[in-house]
Amino acid sequence: MALLEIENLSVEFPTQGGIMRAVDGVSLKLEEGEVLGVVGESGSGKSVTMLALMGLVPFPGKVKADKLVFNGRNLLTMSDSERRKLTGKDVAMIFQEPTTSLNPCFTIGFQLAETLRLHEGMDRKAAHRRSIELLEQVGIPSAESRLSAYPHQLSGGMNQRVMIAMAIACNPKLLIADEPTTALDVTIQAQILDLLMNLQKERNMGLVMITHNMGVVAETAKRVMVMYAGQIMEERAAEDLFASPQHPYTAALLAALPERSEGGRLATIPGVVPGLYDRPKGCLFSPRCAYATDHSRNVRPELRPWAGGQIRCHYPLGDPSREANMKKDNPLGAEAAS
Amino acid sequence: MLRFILTRLSLIIPTFIGITLVAFFLIRLVPGDPIETMAGERGIDAARHEQLKKDFGLDRPLIVQYGYYIERVLHGDLGKSIVTRETVLNEFQSLFPATVELALCAIIFALLVGIPAGIIAAVRRNSIFDHGVMGISLTGYSMPIFWWGLILILLFSVQLGWTPVSGRIDVLYYIEPVTGFLLIDSWFSEDEGAFLSAVGHLILPTIVLGTQPLATIARMTRSAMLEVLGEDYIRTAKAKGLSRFRVIFLHALRNALIPVVTVIGLQIGVLFTGAILTETIFSWPGIGKWLIEAIFRRDYPVLQGGLLLVGAIVMSVNLLVDLTYGFINPRIRHNR
Repeated sequence: MALLEIENLSVEFPTQGGIMRAVDGVSLKLEEGEVLGVVGESGSGKSVTMLALMGLVPFPGKVKADKLVFNGRNLLTMSDSERRKLTGKDVAMIFQEPTTSLNPCFTIGFQLAETLRLHEGMDRKAAHRRSIELLEQVGIPSAESRLSAYPHQLSGGMNQRVMIAMAIACNPKLLIADEPTTALDVTIQAQILDLLMNLQKERNMGLVMITHNMGVVAETAKRVMVMYAGQIMEERAAEDLFASPQHPYTAALLAALPERSEGGRLATIPGVVPGLYDRPKGCLFSPRCAYATDHSRNVRPELRPWAGGQIRCHYPLGDPSREANMKKDNPLGAEAAS
Repeated sequence: MLRFILTRLSLIIPTFIGITLVAFFLIRLVPGDPIETMAGERGIDAARHEQLKKDFGLDRPLIVQYGYYIERVLHGDLGKSIVTRETVLNEFQSLFPATVELALCAIIFALLVGIPAGIIAAVRRNSIFDHGVMGISLTGYSMPIFWWGLILILLFSVQLGWTPVSGRIDVLYYIEPVTGFLLIDSWFSEDEGAFLSAVGHLILPTIVLGTQPLATIARMTRSAMLEVLGEDYIRTAKAKGLSRFRVIFLHALRNALIPVVTVIGLQIGVLFTGAILTETIFSWPGIGKWLIEAIFRRDYPVLQGGLLLVGAIVMSVNLLVDLTYGFINPRIRHNR
C-alpha cells in the first residue's frame, strides 16, 4: 500500500478575472520511505499541491480531488479535527523562510513543546526533555539553553533546524520540505540538506522535496516530478530523468543548468509561465516549446504512462515515431523543429 | 531599556512647560475675569473690583504673574481655587476617583467588546458580521459624544426609564467616601441597593465615553489580526495541527496585540477629553466637569493646576504603556 495517493487534485482560487487554477489534475503516488523531488518554476503549483495535502490552502482557495489518501486514510471525508490529529504528527511540513515561519512572540522551547504536548500527550517535563533531544538530533549546540531563546536571536540556519526538529518531533511518516534551503547561505544549504537526508534514512520517512533547484533534486531525490503551470509534465526515476529527459520542458530546464551549459551563455527558456488570461488552449507549455505543432497548440495532452513514469506530451523526446508524428500533425513547421 | 526610559523622561520637561504656557495664557485670552464672574449679574463697583484684583495678584503684568506661577509650581504649590478657596490639589484628589472610575469602566467596556469584535471580524472577513462591525464602529467613531449621550438618555432614561439620568448614585444613599470609588465604597456600605444604584448610574456614561475607544480598538484589532493571520508562523501553527482556537487566540492574538496596546495607550488622552463632555452631560462629579466649571468661572488656578495634573497622568500612563511593550514583544525586550 502506498503511503500517499493523490488522484486528479486541483486547487482553484476565485479572482476578479475568473477562476485561477493553481493546481490542475495532479496525480501521484508515494511509497513509504521514498524521496520525491518536485521541481518547477515559481508559480508552477508545486507548493500549493503540498499545501492542499496538508489542508493549508490559503483562503479563498478550493481543493478538489478524486482521491486523497494518506496512510490508508481518506483525507477527503475526514472531519477537520480528525485531520488536525494527522497534520503535524504523521505528516509534517517545513517552509522556505525559517525565521518568519516561527512565531516571534514565543520561545523555541515553547513552540517545540507545544507539538509534543498536543500530539504525544506529554507533560511539561517530558516535553522539555524530548525537546532537548530533538534539538541535539538536528545539530543545535548547547540545546538546553537554546530552548529559552526567541527566533530572532537565532540565525536562519538555526531556525530551519528548529523547524526540522519541530516537524520530526512526532516521528512523521511523511515530511514535506518546501524549498527548505532557498533562504539560506550556500554553505548552510548543504548542511541542512545533509541533515534532512540523514533523518530521512534513519527514520525511513517519506520525503517530498519541493525546490526549483535541479542540483538539490539530483542530490536527494530517487524520483522527480516536474511541474509546470499547475500540471505534472514529467514524473520519472531521478537517474533516468537526468540522463534522458522525455519532456521538452524538462530538457529545457536541464539545459539551463550552469554546469550543463556549452559555450559562454546560459541556455534560457523564452517567455513566462502562463497566467490567468493567457492560458493556452492546447499544451500549457506550447507557447514556449521549441517543438510545438498545430496539434499541440490546440489539443491538451493527457498525463500518460511513459518510460517507467508519467509524461504529459504529444511528442516525448525518446519516442521513435516522434518525427513522423510531428510531421503528420504539422507538415509546415516540421522542418523548423528538426 | 534604561536609556529608553531616560529619553522618554527627558521629553516630559518641555511638555510640561508647554502645558503651563497653554493653560496660563489661553484662559486669560477669554474675556472677563474671576471677580466679574463671581459678582454675577449684580455687577461690582470699579474700586472694589480693582481691590480684589490686587488681592489675587491679577493686576500685575501677565509675564510677572506667569513667573510667580511657575515658581510656586516648582515648589509643589498649585494654588487655591479663587471661587472655593480650597487648594487645587485637594479638590483634584476628591474628584479624581470619580473620573478614574468612569474612565476605567469605559476602557474595560471598550476592550471587552472591541477586541473580540475585531478578532471575529478579521477571522470572518468580508462576512456580514465583518461589514456590520466595521460599519458600526465607523459610526461610533464619528459620533459626537454630546449627541450620542443625549440620544441614549432620551431612549433609556426618558422613554424606557431603565437607567437614571444623571449623577453617580441615587440621592437616597449617602456613601462615606473611603476609596472615592463609589463601586467599592457602596459594595462595603450598609445600604442595600446602593451598589446596584451606583452600577445603574455608571452604565450610560460608560457606554458614551467608551464608544470612541471601542471603535478605534475594534478597527485596530481587526487590521492587526488580518495582517498577522497572513504571516508564515500562522501557517506553521496550523501545520502543527493546532486547533483553530489556539491558532487564533494564542499564536495570532499575541502578535496582533502589540499595535493594539499602542492604540489603547493613546486612548487615555481621548478618555480625558471625552470625560469633559460625558461628565457634563451626566452631571458626573469628576475632573472633566470640574475643569469645565473652572473655565466658566475663570478660576485660573484650578484650570492651570488641573490641566497640569491631567497632563502628568496622561504622560505617565503613556510611559507605562510603552514599557509594557517589552513584556508583549520579545524583540523589543532584547534590542534595548
